[in-house]
Amino acid sequence: MNFDLKKMIEMYDQVLRQGHRTEIARELRDEDDLFFILCYSEMLGIPNPAFYYTLELYPHILERFHEWHLRMGMDKSPINGFRCC
Amino acid sequence: MNGIFLALAGMVVFFLGYRYYSRFIAERIYRLDPDYVTPAHRYKDGVDFVPTNKFILWGHHFTSVAGAAPIVGPAIAIYWGWGPAFLWVVLGTVFAAGVHDFGALVLSVRNKGQSVGTLANKIIGQRAKILFLFIILILVLMVNAVFAWVIANLFILFPSAVLSVFIQIPLAIWIGYLVYKKSKNMLLPSLAALATMYIAAIVASRVPALQIDLPRYFGGEENIVAFGLNGVAMAFFVWIVVLMIYVYIASTLPVWKLLQPRDYINSHQLILGLVILYLGLFFMGGAEMTAPVYNADATTPWFPLLFITIACGAISGFHGLVASGTSSKQLNKETDARFVGYLGAVGEGLLALLTIIAVGTFFATQGDFLSNYSSFAVAGDIGLGTFIQGAGQLAGGIFIPADIATTIVAVIVVSFAATSLDTAVRLMRYIISELGAEYKVQKLTKKHVATTVAVGSSAALALLPQGPQGFGSGGYLLWPLFGTSNQLLAGITLLLITLWLKYQGRNYLVTFIPMVFVLAMTLWAMARQLIFDWSGLGGAELNLLLFLLGSVIFVFACWICLEAYNAMRRSSQGPPKDQDASM
Repeated sequence: MNFDLKKMIEMYDQVLRQGHRTEIARELRDEDDLFFILCYSEMLGIPNPAFYYTLELYPHILERFHEWHLRMGMDKSPINGFRCC
Repeated sequence: MNGIFLALAGMVVFFLGYRYYSRFIAERIYRLDPDYVTPAHRYKDGVDFVPTNKFILWGHHFTSVAGAAPIVGPAIAIYWGWGPAFLWVVLGTVFAAGVHDFGALVLSVRNKGQSVGTLANKIIGQRAKILFLFIILILVLMVNAVFAWVIANLFILFPSAVLSVFIQIPLAIWIGYLVYKKSKNMLLPSLAALATMYIAAIVASRVPALQIDLPRYFGGEENIVAFGLNGVAMAFFVWIVVLMIYVYIASTLPVWKLLQPRDYINSHQLILGLVILYLGLFFMGGAEMTAPVYNADATTPWFPLLFITIACGAISGFHGLVASGTSSKQLNKETDARFVGYLGAVGEGLLALLTIIAVGTFFATQGDFLSNYSSFAVAGDIGLGTFIQGAGQLAGGIFIPADIATTIVAVIVVSFAATSLDTAVRLMRYIISELGAEYKVQKLTKKHVATTVAVGSSAALALLPQGPQGFGSGGYLLWPLFGTSNQLLAGITLLLITLWLKYQGRNYLVTFIPMVFVLAMTLWAMARQLIFDWSGLGGAELNLLLFLLGSVIFVFACWICLEAYNAMRRSSQGPPKDQDASM
């Protein structure tokens, strides 16, 4: 049996990190959600002066858009022209 | 008997239980399917639902369920001798706790990762949800009041531990800042924090000026300081007020600022503590158990009170909450449930076993033990302190001086108790908010209003009624109620698993028998205490607080039994309600 100390320490760290991982991921997701609302605010009818610039981000965030609108309680995409589901 | 034999005997039974009994349950009863798509995969979201390696998940599950409770219960229950405590810890872990934790995990996995509270609502009925909330509310109220006193008492008994415990707070905040704001690794800073705490403990053990000894500052027991309180009572008052202010702040802060980094440091302490004490026991060649196998002079009967005194460490409803709340959402393969759930219970059983050995070997002779553990109430008073000194003695096996080891063990126990305290206050806040929403009392849904109610009621419970251990121990009176509510919760979880198995047309005796046992012991113990100890009838002295709270729990327990009976009856008539996709 191979005794790999480095691997064991890594695993030990991950054990203790597990609960924190969830909390960090949740914080990051909440921040992302807020950012998404800012990005899509114009399409939801809320004027956004930065709309012209956030448009450029759409191709990068399109993949996560579906998960976001589901999390926000919308079963279908709220924006016409976004064919995510 | 030598403590080593007891440790080995317990370990062998745990091993056999895991190797054979849990395998039998996994294959024949729960019928785990390696191809079943677990919620971690089906609802994978990178936050709650994340497939996790089974070793990592076991470690996380174990560190989440282990705390001060598996130490407090056995340290008191050894009053009846180490025999009954040992048997209940070992057999309870193998036949009740393992099946319960493992089952809660499987049940939740087969039901979209939902918690036992939600499942109780679905399987038993709407009333079960409110019942569940009230039981947990009473449970956490008791934890707050009891643990506030426990910590205050330990601060008074072991003033050299105070500095380390207080140092942990800024260190945890610093780690939280490093990890969340600077994205630094957590392992090294938390180890450095732990080292700082232990250095502080070592220095404070040897330098009296660093020991924060409030009773001495207030002039000791003879000196009346104010409001008729002597030095010791005043010290209790000050510590409980300080703790309540602390938990108010800790439970309203975002978790990543203080609680999580502190839990991370405490997890090191749990693992280190277990390793040091078991190594100490084995290296010193063991120590003789001076506690009697069975205390024939005990005036309080062990049957059925033992089964509610040792809750965590044998079977605990709290484990079901953790198993179905977080662990089930991270299970990679269904077959991992055996390793995570059953071995998680075994881990806590090992902590309880160590407590029995530490307390049982501490006294020089059996006479010393019997004169110290003179009554059940006294056992409640001295149990934890004896564990700390006994554990300090065990640590001597690996050449740690007794005074330093005692201080470090005190720091570990206070850290666990403090974690339980602020988790319980936070939980209480959530429940008060939920009840506020349920009964349309909008004000209770506000964070600070709910926290004020939680902290205020806990402080009142600790300070207002006069407990057997003097001022501030009002909550400590309630320890038997903690056991009862916790066992009630475990009984409900076992009931849910039993019903699920019945719906599937499987042999449900493996959960039905422990369920009947746990609920019967809970009802019996509670009825006995209500009538003979607290009612004021016959020779008993009236204890209104315990009588009222105990009656509420007793009614809940009866109610649950009736609901259980109804649900069992319905299950043999109606169609299965299971949401199991693969069956």
